[in-house]
Amino acid sequence: MRIPPKYTQIAAITILGAATVFTVAILIFILVFVLEKGLPILSLNFLFTSPADMGRSGGIFPILIGTVLLPLLAIIVAAPLGIATSVYLVEFTNESRITRLIRFGTDCLAGVPSIIFGLFGFIFFVTILGMGWSIMSGGLSLAFMILPTIIRTSEEAIRAVPKAYREVSFSLGASRWQTVRKVVIPNALPGVVTGVVLGIGRSIEETAVVIFTAGSSLLIPTSVFDSTRTMAVHFYILAREGLSMENAYGTAAALIIAVLIVNLTAYFMMHRFIAKRN
Amino acid sequence: MKLLGEKGVERLLSVVAFSAISALGLIAVFIFIEGLPFLFKYGIKDFLLSSDWRPDAGKFGIYPMIAASFWVMLGAMLIGAPLGIAGAIFLAEFVPKTVMNIIKPAIELLAAIPSVIYGFIGVVVLAPVIRDLFGGPGLSLLAGAIILGIMIMPTVISISIDSLLAVPVSFREGSLALGATKWQTVHMLTTKAAKSGIVASIILGMGRAIGETMAVIMVTGNSVMIPHSPLESVRTLTANIALEMSYAIGMHREALFATGVVLFIVIIILNSIASVAIRKKVIVK
Amino acid sequence: MKKYFILFGFMTAVLFFGCGKAKVSVTLAGSTAFQPFAEKIAEKYMASNPNITVTVQGGGSAVGIQSANSGAAQIGMADLVKLPDEAKSLTSTVVAQDGIAIIVHPKNKAVNLSIEQLRAVFNGKIQNWKEIGGSDAPITVVSREAGSGTRSSFEKIVTGITLVNNAVIQNSNGTIRETIANDENSIGYISHGILNDKVKALMIDSVECTTESIIAKKYNLVRPIFLLTKGAPEGEVKNFIDYILSDEIQAMIKKDGLLPVK
Repeated sequence: MRIPPKYTQIAAITILGAATVFTVAILIFILVFVLEKGLPILSLNFLFTSPADMGRSGGIFPILIGTVLLPLLAIIVAAPLGIATSVYLVEFTNESRITRLIRFGTDCLAGVPSIIFGLFGFIFFVTILGMGWSIMSGGLSLAFMILPTIIRTSEEAIRAVPKAYREVSFSLGASRWQTVRKVVIPNALPGVVTGVVLGIGRSIEETAVVIFTAGSSLLIPTSVFDSTRTMAVHFYILAREGLSMENAYGTAAALIIAVLIVNLTAYFMMHRFIAKRN
Repeated sequence: MKLLGEKGVERLLSVVAFSAISALGLIAVFIFIEGLPFLFKYGIKDFLLSSDWRPDAGKFGIYPMIAASFWVMLGAMLIGAPLGIAGAIFLAEFVPKTVMNIIKPAIELLAAIPSVIYGFIGVVVLAPVIRDLFGGPGLSLLAGAIILGIMIMPTVISISIDSLLAVPVSFREGSLALGATKWQTVHMLTTKAAKSGIVASIILGMGRAIGETMAVIMVTGNSVMIPHSPLESVRTLTANIALEMSYAIGMHREALFATGVVLFIVIIILNSIASVAIRKKVIVK
Repeated sequence: MKKYFILFGFMTAVLFFGCGKAKVSVTLAGSTAFQPFAEKIAEKYMASNPNITVTVQGGGSAVGIQSANSGAAQIGMADLVKLPDEAKSLTSTVVAQDGIAIIVHPKNKAVNLSIEQLRAVFNGKIQNWKEIGGSDAPITVVSREAGSGTRSSFEKIVTGITLVNNAVIQNSNGTIRETIANDENSIGYISHGILNDKVKALMIDSVECTTESIIAKKYNLVRPIFLLTKGAPEGEVKNFIDYILSDEIQAMIKKDGLLPVK
């Protein structure tokens, strides 16, 4: 007997809806689980005092600094490279074998597992270039990792700038580079910055790369050649080694909030950018 | 920049544009330099197909890790892909646009939760449940598959929604006008038109599942053995590297880099397939 | 608000002027068994010597040997019964002794294992707790990864171990302790120095794993902790090692569960 389409539709919607609710519920559970235990510990005092006894007590001030410095260095290196690449791809070439190669390389780099970036950074920056476990090694390795994110996002942003803008600029006698600098980049800026912000987010979340290349020192770094720890690494060590569950949850809450802020910023910038374009 | 002139700028950009591919090349070169000589010295066949991993005795067979990576990935896909695709279809087709515009970014935000946190929840919440319900050590293939399945869901949902929404509205209108129900339209038309995008989302999810390290180390227990049941503890390729790297010297260290070579090649193959699938979608459009 | 400005100024300063180092720094790397002690000692040392930075990295005994050889760390830390050939060119100083405790969940009924039973458990010959005084439940063996100093010491002392292949592997002392604390049916081994009340140490051949029994040489699962330097230690490196060997610090590590060498 054939089941009437109306009933299959109801059945399908129910199943799909249940799956969606289930998915969202799991993800919300994870957030609530961590924030519920972590938020009571999180305080300005926790953020701005140094840890004592390997993180069993005290706060996370040096870790906060590490969490700012590593992504910052990564961005300083990766943003110019990534943005220049996307400008070249969109403005200075036509689709060709070379652009396809560059895009393929970018896609592959985006898919490379973080442990490979960690291995590479460890062998290349830490050992061969002799930078040791340091902010420098960690930042450069992270820069490699976030490069594809920045290239892809800014490429889309630059591509989205209407052709007419460029044509007007050309007709006024501007050169290609002048057009890029004065017309294209300013109009694509929010989208480009979104890519940068997403790159920062990726660096904050990362653990494997940082452990392998930046070490895990708990001291406040005094130079870029000092080892440091990010919140993700600190959480991992505290929780895994059973040093202090309280401080681990506090760190996890700080980490999640940082990641959410960064990604929300990116989202709203992108949203405004799209809204403006339409 | 003025000093460079128009041509100079272009030349500079054309050099910089190779940064990503040079980065990829550099990584490949250094991982291969460290790993390939070992592969040839030890024998590719022995390395890939032997199950004996005892670095202290000079035995380096990574077959159990390859099997584990495969099973954990497959398990993650069996859990994450259906849920993710179902969620994507529901959000893209059956929910008002305003609702989707809230839930989709929310799910994407959750993709940003650090993997160590997923792993931690796997250890303190999931593993004890598995141990109590089914026995075994709890830290197991099943725990790894569930955690990874959850981790890849946002990727699958997000890309699938994009490709479902890319299907022209006129397709749908035509089908509905012919008297098909919304569900008939979705499963006979929209999902078919969006197929390559959905496939790409699954392949990217596979890549993420195979490449994930920290969460897997925490929840799978890391035993070196070919799994016979989902309740057994296993060690993936990524976990093998991260667990032993810091302790390894000599041959052992080279063997871990060789593990990296294997992983690198697998990922590049998966990404090539995904990028072909995505390009197809563009052509269809 | 002021705090943020200071923070911002500080970060800028770090980024732009960071390369000129004013402080003398000593880096230790290696053994995760000694790492917590080294970090604690370093904190104390820096408090009284503000112009010196002591950085402590984990990694494991092999990293200790490797980084002392390569110069990545001035001092390598290793906890091994016998140092490997790679360490032959290094100067070694024994700074402490450390027992290896066999641990189970506090609720586990087993209290004592003979060396033979211990060996059989880790070889997978004994698979159920009821065979060795526990309740009827399968044993989950937890061990360290290949290359670990604690694991190689453990296997060298117990002898005749080919680790059962479904053993769960964790890569540090602390992680093993957490894993055991989470699973009533598991057994593992950790440095005596990091025992706490989340786990229970078993007696081996009816000898308890305590500081006293180790000093009295009754408890046999003991290995030395080496600090490795390239050439004889000198300057700040020597000062720091001497500090570790001082009565004050030796007394402190004894209180925390390691065994002093003096």
